[in-house]
Amino acid sequence: MKRLLAHPSLAIGLSATCIFALLGLVSLVWTPFPITEIDIGRRFLAPTAEHWLGTDNLGRDMVSLLMSGTLTSFSVALLAVVIGVGVGVPLGLAAVAWGGWVEWLVLRLSDFVFAFPAVIVAILITTLVGPGAINAIVAIGIFNIPVFARVARGGALSIATLDFVAAARLAGLSNARIALRHLLPNIMSLIIVQGTIQMSLGILSEAGLSYIGLGTQPPETSLGLMLRDAQSLFLIHPLLSIIPGLCIVAIVIALNIAGDGLRDAIDPRLRQGPRNVLA
Amino acid sequence: MNKMLKAFGIVLGMSAALAGVAQAAPTEVRIGVALEPPMLDPTAGAAEAIDIVVYQNIFEGLTRIDQNGEVQPGLAESWTISDDGLTYTFKLHDGVTFHDGTSFDAEDVKFTFDRILGENSVNAHKEFYTPITAITVVDPLTVSMTLDHVVGRFLFDLGRGDAVIVAPESADNNANEPIGTGPFAFVQWDKGSRVVLEAYGPYWGAPVHLTKATYVFISDTATVTNALLAGDIDGTNNFAAEALAVFEGNPQFKVLVGTTEGETILATNNRKAPFDNLKVRQAMAHAIDRKAIIDGATYGYGTPIGAPFAPHNPYYVDLTDTYSYDPAAAKALLAEAGYPDGFAATLKLPPVAYARLSGQIIASQFAEIGIKLNLINVEWAQWLEDVYSNKDFDLTIVSHVEPFDIGNYANPDYYFGYDNKQFQALIETLNGTIDEAKRKELAIEAQTILAKDAVNGYLFELAQTGVWNAKLTGMWQNSPIEGLVLRDIAWTE
Repeated sequence: MKRLLAHPSLAIGLSATCIFALLGLVSLVWTPFPITEIDIGRRFLAPTAEHWLGTDNLGRDMVSLLMSGTLTSFSVALLAVVIGVGVGVPLGLAAVAWGGWVEWLVLRLSDFVFAFPAVIVAILITTLVGPGAINAIVAIGIFNIPVFARVARGGALSIATLDFVAAARLAGLSNARIALRHLLPNIMSLIIVQGTIQMSLGILSEAGLSYIGLGTQPPETSLGLMLRDAQSLFLIHPLLSIIPGLCIVAIVIALNIAGDGLRDAIDPRLRQGPRNVLA
Repeated sequence: MNKMLKAFGIVLGMSAALAGVAQAAPTEVRIGVALEPPMLDPTAGAAEAIDIVVYQNIFEGLTRIDQNGEVQPGLAESWTISDDGLTYTFKLHDGVTFHDGTSFDAEDVKFTFDRILGENSVNAHKEFYTPITAITVVDPLTVSMTLDHVVGRFLFDLGRGDAVIVAPESADNNANEPIGTGPFAFVQWDKGSRVVLEAYGPYWGAPVHLTKATYVFISDTATVTNALLAGDIDGTNNFAAEALAVFEGNPQFKVLVGTTEGETILATNNRKAPFDNLKVRQAMAHAIDRKAIIDGATYGYGTPIGAPFAPHNPYYVDLTDTYSYDPAAAKALLAEAGYPDGFAATLKLPPVAYARLSGQIIASQFAEIGIKLNLINVEWAQWLEDVYSNKDFDLTIVSHVEPFDIGNYANPDYYFGYDNKQFQALIETLNGTIDEAKRKELAIEAQTILAKDAVNGYLFELAQTGVWNAKLTGMWQNSPIEGLVLRDIAWTE
């Protein structure tokens, strides 16, 4: 914990991220106004004491929309990271533990998936089953898989040559057990750092997908969808685009700072002081 | 130095000359339209986007609908109707040619209608022309049609995009290379981008002012806004009402607000419980606050309707008060119908702003009386398949843009499934009536039945909100029929 606080960027990034995540979580139980409550009579209000950030084109409270949208963006990005970690990390570890044709296959598969940007995957999924937040999660998740596979493989490779792994192998541990008990714990920090970075990319991707109409659909809301709704009104009511836009920027910066800080804090190679006995 | 000055002078003179050329009134126009047509044959599809490009520009019918919705002579310069109202004899214009050079005569008319009525016909509105029992070529410039019963709006129906005259030599290729008799000839279609038309030199009618017209397909409002502001397009026939404020008060543009034939309805699947229950439909009608929907979805440009009928039509009767906005009455009716706590239903929304916005507003209004709507956004192709063809829906929001389409309610197989024998008989009588006063009386009766039965939720009549370069004239302010007629459009200084 002390180590974490020694990195000011980490403290700032993490606390900013937590504030946004908290805002999103609170929207589950409370928002200043219900986001489905449409009141045409009070639309396009400038910020007032009652509506801190004004109201949108359907008279919905912008603060409430922002809270709910942040939650959607976070959930989509987080679940996409879970998919990426859940599939990518085992693949990367398997590539190292088994080597040979398994490694070849994992690498070629990840090359293959890498070649398809999240947008293309999302368009494909939308064509098959229609647009929605779930599809955005799957599309971004698929995009995350090779990222985590490579990070896991890269990290595990340098560990697999160490003596304690050889000792484990001599002791008769199977490839799977070695991967699980010796490789995985040692690459955990790498995964966490990469996870934070993928979170910020995921939030950007979700916003992008919703903006082009492939992600979250009304009456649900997300930051990207708010941008989409506001874009034709930009010349008349610029605040409606600027607010969610700034919000996305702030979240992404917060996550990136937190990610960088985490890496500085956990990565043994960058750490000051006595080196880790493993290294 | 002197030399340089001279050279500079020459350059100045040249640029002045060039500017002189540029200042002459342009004769080309680029028009932004939201939807790209699936193909360009108006006799083989119902999409409005087809008529926007081709109707009265590339193709013409025997009659022509003008911007007030009146019937004018088209390829037929005059006609006589027999005393029993069953035989129409048309005198055709002489010297008319198709764009491929072939001549137009009575045989083309016969071919056109034989094609519409043929067994393999793919015409979207064959039913308008099925009363025709015989088409006779009297001589190359005279053709007569016999009907099996009197059709009050027959001359109007002949002026629709569905009945434009095509030639046997080219009809099969009209989907991609349309060849008609109109003032503009098809030049090219860059799929996904634009269609280019050019004035047809040997056109038989009054010469047009434009030499070239390009339809540019842009569906995104922000992009249209930028294209207009940057001068990439000279106008658009229907601009999103939400951003009209950008152009109102800008002297470089004019905003034309007019009427359309688009009745926007909350289409209700009358075959399906609970919507087969009149009390439920009445409850829904009472739960709809038209003012909020019009303000929210059309920024106040729509006109409230109480029946599926255009307010500017002379037969229109205001029925908006049949079931006024009254959530308490709606709740009571729901309870009477056996749904005291409401019910859940789906609302499928096609990809147009008026539908998506109205959908969210209606969901919020229905929630007040306990009806929980699950909004499902669909693309047009999916909407046509699921809702229109397979009738797999509870509720949907759509605008019916055809003129005088109240007859759809007499078709029990139509997608919303309204089956009322009394109404069907009434429409049959109306179609067979020519006397204006009697027709009006019948049309009012028909509207009243539909309003009372609350077949669908009747929301508003779409407005046409065009934005054009201030120097352009001759655009239709109203849209009495699907189309964007270029005939009178001209640049002024």
